[in-house]
Amino acid sequence: MTRDEIEAGVRTILRGIAPEVDLSSVRRDADLRDELDVDSMDFLRLVVGLHERLGVDVPEKDYPQIRTLDGCVAYLVERVTPALAPGR
Amino acid sequence: MAEFRMPSLGADMEAGTLVEWRVKPGDAVKRGDLVAVVETNKGAIEVEIWEAGVVEEIRVTVGEKVPVGTVLAVVRGEGEPAAAPAVTPTPAPCAPPTPSAPPRGGPVRASPAARARARELDVDLGAVSGTGPGGAVTLGDVETAARAPKPAPALPPAAPPAAPGGQRVPAIRQAIAAAMARSKREIPHYYLAAELDLSGALAWLARENERRPVTARLLPVALLLKAVALAVREVPEVNGFYQDGAFRPSEAVHVGVAISLRKGGLVAPALHDVDRLALGDVMAGLNDLVARTRAGGLRSSELADATLTMTSLGDLGVHTVYGVIYPPQVALVGFGRVQERPWAAGGRVEVRPAVSATLSGDHRVSDGIRGAQFLAALDRILQAPEGL
Repeated sequence: MTRDEIEAGVRTILRGIAPEVDLSSVRRDADLRDELDVDSMDFLRLVVGLHERLGVDVPEKDYPQIRTLDGCVAYLVERVTPALAPGR
Repeated sequence: MAEFRMPSLGADMEAGTLVEWRVKPGDAVKRGDLVAVVETNKGAIEVEIWEAGVVEEIRVTVGEKVPVGTVLAVVRGEGEPAAAPAVTPTPAPCAPPTPSAPPRGGPVRASPAARARARELDVDLGAVSGTGPGGAVTLGDVETAARAPKPAPALPPAAPPAAPGGQRVPAIRQAIAAAMARSKREIPHYYLAAELDLSGALAWLARENERRPVTARLLPVALLLKAVALAVREVPEVNGFYQDGAFRPSEAVHVGVAISLRKGGLVAPALHDVDRLALGDVMAGLNDLVARTRAGGLRSSELADATLTMTSLGDLGVHTVYGVIYPPQVALVGFGRVQERPWAAGGRVEVRPAVSATLSGDHRVSDGIRGAQFLAALDRILQAPEGL
């Protein structure tokens, strides 16, 4: 799975959580909770969505790493396709 | 014949629009069946019927907006005959003369039993024709009046246009305002707050979530919800309804959960029997309730059944919530943000995660002592999370 495909998967999950938000306007380095006005239940839906769609289980201690779009994609890239990780 | 009426789906609801019928004349229905969808300012609500029988007649068509209490359909009970076809009326035999009733405007003559029964059945004595001596209203007159079909109440007047330069307030905001204004007008609120140490509960939750699959993870709100439901058992004065001058405690604990709508507004549907649910079921029920609230698809019983309400504004950074009780409920529990705070214990100051919990109570039913006992029970229950 390519990086673009992973990001497309994340955007699909986010679209289901916040359907009225224009995702093209979301700042990549801003906290998704603020950008999309999502609460803790919505954030758990994102985590479940990452598990179901991309097969990645994010432990609670790693939640801070996926709070931004860039952070989320980078985290998933390391775990979905190790070949895409930096330096490899 | 039983009448299926437009239900009141909250203290702020005055009317609803019938947008879908799921039954038609001739269909059999049983208690709890979803028979219609009503559009309200909280969105589309699936409405259950609480009578069993066969749909005899549909009285309101799709698209009609009618006040709460309007007869939507008539249901023929099991064993009842179908409505007879119209026949040419024959002259009725002369009825014996009835005693003349006293002129209206003066006090209504009625027996104490009739007055008490009228209060119970919400019957206006002034509108009842009395058949007792001198036109007095009897117990039987009251019960007959209570069984008579009531005229459909008038639709609420349309909201006035916004003043020049002002913003039109959305319908849902107007409805919330009406309910909260009523609450502040009728309910003598008192407020109590307590800081709760959540270090033990959150540590337990982290260990619990490590062993659970991702799809079954619990959020702190599930622990708070269950703890509220268990604390209610110790202080039942916070669980029930105040109606017609009396408190009606509820044996069931259906906690209304305040859920924000993504386009603005707030709904508080009930999660039923929370005190009896396992934590996993509380979380699953909460997920389902939030999803259906925001997407449309709540059921009428979920809007009408809450025996008390809980609200949590922690995600928005609020420290303490001073909530307004939803009438006819008698309490509202609020939670703020879980934050690390300095905590003095055993002569030492440590940093612990803590949350501010508040109780808004109805002084007609409880007082500060009982309210404080509720918060103390809540605290004690959260210090033993394995018991949730």
